[in-house]
Order: sequence, then structure tokens, then C-alpha cells
Amino acid sequence: MDIARTEVAARGTAPAAGRAKGAVLRGALLALPVFFFALFFAYPVAAIVARGLHVDGVWRFGQVGDVLADSGIRHVLWFTCWQALASTALTLLIALPGAYVFARFDFRGKQILRAVVTVPFVLPTVVVGTAFLALLGRGGLLDELWGVRLDTTVWAILLAHVFFNYAVVVRTVGGLWAQLDPRQEEAARVLGASRFAAWRQVTLPALAPAVAAAALMVFLFTFTSFGVVQILGGPTFATLEVEIYRQTSEIFDLGTAAVLTIVQFVAVGAVLAVHARTVRRRESVLRLVAPEITSRRPRGRGQWALLGGVLVSIAVLLVLPLGVLVQRSFDTAGGAGLGYYRALTSDDSGIFLVAPIAAIGNSLQYALAATGIAVVVGSLAAVALTRRDAGRIVRGFDALLMLPLGVSAVTVGFGFLIALDEPPLDLRSSWILVPLAQALVGVPFVVRTMLPVLRAVDGRLREAAAVLGASPWRVWREVDLPIVRRALLVAAGFAFAVSLGEFGATVFIARPDSPTLPVAVARLLGRPGDLNYGQAMALSTILMVVCAVALLVLERLRTDRTGEF
Amino acid sequence: MTMLSLEGATVRFGARAVLDGVGLDVAEHEIVCVLGPSGSGKSTLLRVVAGLQPLDAGRVLLDGRDLAGVPAHKREVGLMFQDHQLFPQRDVGGNVGFGLRMHHVSKEQQGLRVRELLELVGLPGAAGRAVAALSGGEQQRVALARALAPRPRLLMLDEPLGQLDRSLRERLVVELRELFGRLGTTVLAVTHDQGEAFALADRVIVMRDGLIAQSGTPLEVWQRPADEFVARFLGFDNVVEGTVSGQVADTAWGKVPVPEGSSQGVRVLLVRPAGVRLVSVEEGLRCVVAARTFRGTHVAVRLQPEGAPSVEAACALREAPELGEVVGVVFEVGETVVLG
Repeated sequence: MDIARTEVAARGTAPAAGRAKGAVLRGALLALPVFFFALFFAYPVAAIVARGLHVDGVWRFGQVGDVLADSGIRHVLWFTCWQALASTALTLLIALPGAYVFARFDFRGKQILRAVVTVPFVLPTVVVGTAFLALLGRGGLLDELWGVRLDTTVWAILLAHVFFNYAVVVRTVGGLWAQLDPRQEEAARVLGASRFAAWRQVTLPALAPAVAAAALMVFLFTFTSFGVVQILGGPTFATLEVEIYRQTSEIFDLGTAAVLTIVQFVAVGAVLAVHARTVRRRESVLRLVAPEITSRRPRGRGQWALLGGVLVSIAVLLVLPLGVLVQRSFDTAGGAGLGYYRALTSDDSGIFLVAPIAAIGNSLQYALAATGIAVVVGSLAAVALTRRDAGRIVRGFDALLMLPLGVSAVTVGFGFLIALDEPPLDLRSSWILVPLAQALVGVPFVVRTMLPVLRAVDGRLREAAAVLGASPWRVWREVDLPIVRRALLVAAGFAFAVSLGEFGATVFIARPDSPTLPVAVARLLGRPGDLNYGQAMALSTILMVVCAVALLVLERLRTDRTGEF
Repeated sequence: MTMLSLEGATVRFGARAVLDGVGLDVAEHEIVCVLGPSGSGKSTLLRVVAGLQPLDAGRVLLDGRDLAGVPAHKREVGLMFQDHQLFPQRDVGGNVGFGLRMHHVSKEQQGLRVRELLELVGLPGAAGRAVAALSGGEQQRVALARALAPRPRLLMLDEPLGQLDRSLRERLVVELRELFGRLGTTVLAVTHDQGEAFALADRVIVMRDGLIAQSGTPLEVWQRPADEFVARFLGFDNVVEGTVSGQVADTAWGKVPVPEGSSQGVRVLLVRPAGVRLVSVEEGLRCVVAARTFRGTHVAVRLQPEGAPSVEAACALREAPELGEVVGVVFEVGETVVLG
């Protein structure tokens, strides 16, 4: 009884003085994230929208109606919505069993496999599209084997989206699942719940915020899907983002592009608002335990079958497309060889000012800087948002942090060029421009990964530390940090990965003499000829390997540390 | 000398006052135990003193200094949490030494003090153990060592022995009292267990709905409960209303003798079970034996008079009547108290 009561006490009723102090602290924590988002997100996006709608000194809002009345645009809107919903549902359906297997089962090669399923997520979308084209398209693997082609159907897009987002669910949901105390479920079993009922009544509600967060991310990614749809959708299927790109760079109709950007912005904002309302209500203090004690070897036929099923789905959906990609990189005209890789080191192709291979160094440097920015900004925001007494405005900020995932990357990149080109903010020639744009996409990951864990830390542990003489800052360092370090590492890994694979914005702002890997891949793909296609495959393979190595290092780091909690 | 005093301490959760103008003093080296059912506000009282729960009205003074505006980490009080709240990511030594690190004690001193405290609580050499590997009693000891390590001016214990089994509890409560006496620690503890409170405390404070119902030494509270609530909370159920006139009270149980100098008029009476004597049916109040509970040293017998509340008697094992037997009851003046 008393525990429940103190919970109420901690949550509800600080008098004015305490509240004011909390607000000041929160404000201080939020200052940097707010500044960052205002300057590098809101300002550029606003600038480009203004350029589209503010023509000859007049605001042309009438254009919104005109654009929305267009049946072609309506078709795009409808397709964008339903394919995003279908992709999200399909991804959850396929990846939730995977999340369970990674959280609760011990099996040989688990660490490597965890890194493997994350690789697709960090691949440039263009490469994902190409890999699926090579698998499902004309002359693709299925075509060669059975004469099956899916590239003209929506299934190619949906499967590519599952490929791309599998890791989001496994990492976000599985990460929390691994730390849920299995005794909670056992308690329910003893009270007469069947295995499924126990899961449904105890585990699912505890997982719900993480599942919702994962579903939201998948929805946002697929709603704004660009590279995948661009390549696999052909003339039939286009998402809003593809349409924005078309309007911006092919038709040069900035007005229509601006309207579509606003539409996408509003749609994403609405989804986030609903999400913020539903998730907040369900988040609760969870009992977290060390992941090692929750996982064990599968027992019985059912569990082995589940593990087997998950492994097969990973092999078919994730490994096979990657395998085809690698195979193509070695598949030179003169038989299997390293010809495409050798070509990467020469700078006489005329496509770049430097050898394509230099893109590796650029990418790593940018991604590291972007990760640093994203971790600092995201952590500050997450800590500020963790406070139980966070008010409505702060909660709104919670949702706002997710917006960069939903706003057209094309718009952001183009906006950077338009908005950040004048003193005192002339960043066009500075290398930091690319990491800044990439960090925008990384911050939501940091926040989303850390929030559930931070909110799950028992408040009385913090109180115990405070009574022993720890200042609020020490409390965070001594109590929260050790518990969230795992989440922080995962978040950093995510930020690093998305920075490395970011394409939509980077393609606009990366300088020609220092392209990133995805940009280099896209340029090579855009050129005709087997040599360029092969080089694109080779460079994609290198990018894949770089990501895999980075992720493996991260996994190792995680296991070294987990002994502590 | 007064170490801690609360003046009109009030905490409201919404419209309900969890602490309602509580005034309380704890002298230096004194062990005060706040006793009350769950929901009486006793945990909130500790949180207020620790600075974890802001006051809506009133003051908290430590060593005469008003603690308003002093955050929890600067109050230099110790608090042992109900469920320990040991830091799961640190070992035993890391937990015990935590407060010392916060106070920038040198590594060397920390090591010495941690060893000293672990010996004090009976866990020598446990510094390297993981807290998850400790039993409930060991966790309790580590939590105590952790709270004591920074030498707090006031040590507060929230249900200190709450989750332990009975024999361990009885042994630890003696150890604790002996330990606090030796260290000269000022202690404010809360518990819902009267046995624990009486064994531990110099002074007991009974709380009810955010108010102090009674304050006194264990003996005083035991002998003269302030009102029916306190009496019933202490486990006395032989409570009945009666009209006191001189040294006799007229009650539903008939005439009950009361001590000299008792308050007169309509009062509530308490007769301790030891003061309920069984006689032959003709000599006393006619009762049927409704229940017998074996209590180890004695048998608690519930007796049902006709048309009156039941009476509990404590009988020696050999003299206890059988279930359904009809007996007579008389009341002894020495075990009868007129409340209020």
C-alpha cells in the first residue's frame, strides 16, 4: 500500500517552489536540443516551404487546394498511407518472433546474427532497392530459377521494407524484452494464466511502449520511403517523398513540392500526436533484470521450431538479398574477380573528383561526428523528458523530436543549401554541414531507445542515492547512467548506422570532392554500363562490411559491460 | 537536546491530507518509532524529513536549522528504504561506500570504513559480493551499513525489518537496538509492527490518518492506550463502552471494576485479556467459548456473552476451556483501563 502511495507522491503534487525549480532544470537540459532543432531543422524546412509558396512577394496558399485536388496526387497520398500501414504490419508480424528469439534464447552465433540483421537497416535505400531488383526483378535470382518476377507488384516494396526495418523491431522491442523479469510471467502462470495469457496480460503490456515505438518508427520510415520505392515502384507506385523528389529535381515545380512537404509534415505530425497520447498513458515502472538471466537455450520442439522459423526467415528475407548483392560485386564480365573493386581505387572515371574509395574515409568521419552530436542532443532531451512531472509542452517536444524522421530528407537537404548559406551561418563550405544533417535523423533514435529504459528506472533508487548525498547530476551519473549505458550504446550504434546510410539529405549537401559512400553508390548507379553497376555493388558491399564491423565492435562492447548489471 | 523537530508538517495529495499538521521532536541519541497501519502517513513523514517529499505547510528543523530549500543530498540524514533499494549494478562494497564517495572521502578511508561497517552488521568480507546474490536478511544488513556509512546525523528506517522472517526479525531488532545504543545514533523508524516498535524504541508515536494519535514510552502506550483506535491497533479487542461512576463501570458485560481516579461518565473501557478470569457460571458473566487459538505460551479464548460484544481471555494451557463450554467471566481491576 505504502509503495503505491509514495508513487503517487513522487508523481503528483510538488508545491509551486519545487515545480518551478524542476522547470528551470528541464529548461536548461532542453536548451541545446531546442536550439539544435530550431536552427538545423525548423529553419531550413521553413525556408524551403517559403520559397515554394511565397512567389513574387505573395503567399500562394490557394495552391494547396489545387495540388490536393489533383487525382494523381491523391493516388500518391492513398498509396503512401496504405503501403506504410501494410509494411508496418508485415514487419511486426515477421520481426516480433525474431525479437523474442533474440531476447530469450541462447544459441550459437547470436551476437553475429544480431549484427547481421542490423546491416540492412544501415544500407542506403538505393542499394536496398537495387538488391531486391537483383533478387526479384527481370533477370534476378527468382526469375532465373523459377521465372518469378515481383518487381512490378507491391510485394517487392513491402518485402524490401521488411528487410529494411526488421532490425528496428528486434532492437527496440528485443532490447527491452531481454530485460523484463521472467518471474512476472511466472507469477501470472501460478495464478492460473496459460502461457499465452501470461504473455498477453503481463509481458505484452510491459512491451507495449517499445512495440508502439518500433511500429511508429517503421511507419515513419515506410511512409517517407524514397530510394526503395523509387527503384522498385516503377511508374506505378510512388510515395509522397518520391513525388517531392520528382517535383523538385525533375519538374522543378517547387510550389507543388512545398505543398507536398507540408502535407507530409502534417500527416507525420498527426501520427506522432496520436502516438504521444497513447504511449505516455501506458508507460510504467518496470522491473528490469540482467539480460543474461532471462535467456536460455530453447527447450522442447515448439521452441526449437520457433528458433528455426526465425532463422529461416532471416536467411530468406535478410541474408539472401545481401548475398545477391555481394555476388554481383564479384560477377565481372570476365568471370568472378576483383575487377570492380580495383576500379574503385582509380580516379579517372570522371564521375568524382577523387577515387570512389575515398568515400569510405569521408563516410566514417562524418558518421562519427554525427553520432557525437546525436548522442549529446538526444541524451539531453531524453533526460529532460524522463521527469515524471514533465508537462504538456515537454511532452509535445517528445513528439517533435521524431519529426525529422517524417519530414522529407530531400526537403531538409535542399533546405540546408538554401537556408544556411549566409553569414553568420554560412556553413555551405564547412564539412560539419553533412554531420549536422545526419545527426537530425540520429537524434530520434537516441531519444526513442533511451526513453523507455530511463523511464523504467525505479525512482526510489534515485532517492536512495540522493539521501546518501548525491547531487542530481551525481544521481544521474551513478544510478541512471550505469543502467542506461546499454541503451546509450545501442542508441549510439543506431545513430552511427543511420548517419552512415543517410542519403536523401546528404546527396544535396555533400561536396563533390568528398562524397559519402551512399552518395558515391547512387552516382555510380545513375551511370550506364556494367562497370559502373559493378562498382556500385562493390562499394555497397564495402559499406555493408564497414557497418557490420562497426556493429560487431558494438556488440562486443555490450557483452563486456553487461556483467555489471 | 532536540535533534529533529517537525512543526505543523502538512502534506496533501489532492484534497486528502496525508500528514495533517504533525508536530514531533526527536532528541539526540533517542530512538523514536512511528507506529501505524499502512496509509497512516508514516512513510510520508520520513520522506518529508529526507527532503524527498516537499511540505505543503509547516517546518522541519534539524539541529535547530530549518531545512526548507535544502535538497535531499545536502540534508545529511540517512534513510533505509523499505525494500532496500540497493544499487543493482554495484557490489556490496560499492553500495556501502556510495555515500562516502558522494562526500569525497578518500579511497583509503572508504575502504576502511566499508570494512568496519560490514563487520558491524555481521557481514565481514562481503564487499566483493554481488547484491543480487544476497539473501533478504543480508540485503537488509547491507542497506543498513550503506545508510550508516556517511555517519548521518539522523538515521531513518522505513519498515526496517519488514520483509524478513520472524525469527530473524526478532534477533535483528535486538541487535539493532544494541548497535544504535553503542553508536549513539539518533533514529526515527516507522513500522506497522507493534512488537518491532516496542522492542526497538525509546519512544513510540502512533499515527492515524496523518495525525498523531499517541506518543509515549512503549510501556506508557502499552499500559494506557490513548483511545480505542490505539487500543485496537495494539491488538486489544476487549473494548467496550460504559458509564463510569466511582470505581465501577456499567457496561454491556455488566459491572466492571475500574481503577481509582478513572475519568467519570460515558467512557470507553479496555480490559486486557490477562484481566479476564474464568470462574463458574454462577459467579460471573455467562459466556460460551466461541474459539480457541493456541499462542504458544497461552491459549487465547474468545468468549461470547449473550447480547454483548465478545471477550478475549488469555488462559494457561491446562486451564483453557473446551470449545462450546459454558463458563462465567469476571474482570480484574488491575488490567482494566478507562480510555481518554
